[in-house]
Amino acid sequence: MTDANGSNGVNPDQDLNAENLPGHRGDQGEPIRVQRGMFGANNGGDTTGYGGLVRPVRLPGQATRPYGGWFDEVADELEGALEEQSLLPENVIEKTVVDRGQLTFHIAREHLPRVARTLRDDPALRFELCTGVSGVHFPGDKGRELHAVYHLRSITHSRMIRLEVSAPDSDPHIPSIVDVYPTNDWHERETYDFFGLIFDGHPALTRIMMPDDWQGFPQRKDYPLGGIPVEYKGAQIPAPDQRRSYS
Amino acid sequence: MTAPHAHPSPGHHPSTGPSGPGPSSASARETTEGTVYTVTGGDWDEVVAAAAKADDERIIVNMGPQHPSTHGVLRLILEIDGETVTEARCGIGYLHTGIEKNLEFRNWTQGTTFVTRMDYLTPFYNEAAYCLGVEKLLGIEDQVPDRASVIRVLLMELNRLSSHLVAIATGGMELGATTIMIYGFRDRELILDIFELITGLRMNHAYIRPGGLAQDLPPGTVDQIRAFLKTMRKNLVEYDKLATGNPIFKARLQDVGYLDLAGCMALGVTGPILRATGLPHDLRKTDPYCGYETYDFEVPTADTCDAYGRFLIRLEEMRQSLRIVEQCLERLEPGPVMVADKKIAWPAQLALGPDGLGNSLDHIKNIMGTSMEALIHHFKLVTEGFRVPPGQAYVAVESPKGELGAHVVSDGGTRPYRVHFRDPSFTNLQAVAAMCEGGQVADVIVAVASIDPVMGGVDR
Repeated sequence: MTDANGSNGVNPDQDLNAENLPGHRGDQGEPIRVQRGMFGANNGGDTTGYGGLVRPVRLPGQATRPYGGWFDEVADELEGALEEQSLLPENVIEKTVVDRGQLTFHIAREHLPRVARTLRDDPALRFELCTGVSGVHFPGDKGRELHAVYHLRSITHSRMIRLEVSAPDSDPHIPSIVDVYPTNDWHERETYDFFGLIFDGHPALTRIMMPDDWQGFPQRKDYPLGGIPVEYKGAQIPAPDQRRSYS
Repeated sequence: MTAPHAHPSPGHHPSTGPSGPGPSSASARETTEGTVYTVTGGDWDEVVAAAAKADDERIIVNMGPQHPSTHGVLRLILEIDGETVTEARCGIGYLHTGIEKNLEFRNWTQGTTFVTRMDYLTPFYNEAAYCLGVEKLLGIEDQVPDRASVIRVLLMELNRLSSHLVAIATGGMELGATTIMIYGFRDRELILDIFELITGLRMNHAYIRPGGLAQDLPPGTVDQIRAFLKTMRKNLVEYDKLATGNPIFKARLQDVGYLDLAGCMALGVTGPILRATGLPHDLRKTDPYCGYETYDFEVPTADTCDAYGRFLIRLEEMRQSLRIVEQCLERLEPGPVMVADKKIAWPAQLALGPDGLGNSLDHIKNIMGTSMEALIHHFKLVTEGFRVPPGQAYVAVESPKGELGAHVVSDGGTRPYRVHFRDPSFTNLQAVAAMCEGGQVADVIVAVASIDPVMGGVDR
């Protein structure tokens, strides 16, 4: 036990000796936010006595070999193919996550087009089909706020993997992979439209859903939902983003 | 239609016809983009005359977003040279409703009420993809009761029938084949009746929930589905008789909207369009979910790469769906339709009251009067919802239009952190340029109909 926790007992997330506590995820996962209190009510609604609880929330972290099943084969082939192109795999693949039976490669953004092309063209990998890109905004993940998530499907080998690329809010640039997977044309426009991620090299990166003169990027977490309170059976129901939440 | 620019000219009054009263029917207006005419039909002569005076033949036509043959609010921007389309582009976003953003402000269970409205012709697929994603995040895929999975498959396959019927019906109507339209909607009505019986609603069901289903099948469902199967087997033959061998129908569809395998792969096109190139890629076979690997059915293909092949595939898929529905009925064993974990299972003992479907009064009486624990659970689940461990999952189902994927991200809270849908209509619509350029204007209608886009799913 360390003394850093003050006098109010031990916080497992701050105690170095607490690695073996059940349910403890360790510190290797990506911290995305801090949960305060027992139920997540942030307006004084927590009367449980656990209101002072502080718990960082982390996404699943780096996996260790073996990944299991065909995951190792894909990872080996990808690393081998990168080495053949005289790239150091550890520079390209930031980390590999295996979670809920799905394999995720976190790719350094400058290497994304090369990795995508390798995954598509290497006969042992052959991920022919890209199902587009999805953006995720983690304001609490400092320096990696904007994530772009690609799901690639190999019809040849009947496999599915995920690529994840991140960019900071201050420099929201990610190379486009439209020339590798032309299907990403609209998908990248959609992600630009909603998250403000700029896909460098996209042939015509314009808004696709929102009007052309729209200000702001609606799916970012700091962009309000909007809405007005409505009256129902005599009671005022606040707009959805003004209601009490327990997240 | 507006040519070449979308803004209606000020002071323009639609006329009743070429000889109708009122001001000049096609009003011209000078803009930085060139001369703009707003035409509403019957007044094309003036536009053609004006275009003949200009030195280039090139006209840009905005078809839609309010054109009856563009499947809802799709805007096609066509550059035409005579009757030939030299460039085709799509304008979308007219039906964007912010469903993905709205999901982030509701709890996980409420999400189904939103996603069911995306592609409104395939509501059960939207719900199933979303719920399978949430279940994967919760790690309860194996705990979903068999009966729930069988009913999910049953509903999805009935939904495939109704979606394909609309695809064929509206596609036929856009060609002027109104009989196909009447037949298609007649048969779809039978399916919507079944949906109404089971879920209470013809569309927008929110019936599939994370962990299982909202409630069990009502009495009489199996009989009604069996009767439907009998009728449908008889009616399906009519489409063959009416359209499959029809020389006019074939002439309009064959070799139109051509897209080969390489084109499909590059553009990410899936579903009947991909299978019309001869590749039997179907997620129900290659990446099964809901126990599809245990059902006996075939994946039809064609090798024509054209609109006619896609039509034949849709017809054959309907026959296969009938087979699957039949197998589902045989497998229906009594049992629960929601996971046993009371921390997740939404307490939905629903009954029809004077103000619509709601919680059954008997159930409320029971939890209010006899079970404090049940009352607490009910209250907490309904007001807070359940927590989903942090992480992300991608689950895809084979919707009638292709791969419908749900990328679901949780931050450990009671609300989805981010849900993104990879809607097949959205992706497939990118193929319009590849299918239509170099063809006739009339073939654009056929090509778009063979993609079968639903703008509710495209724009979300």
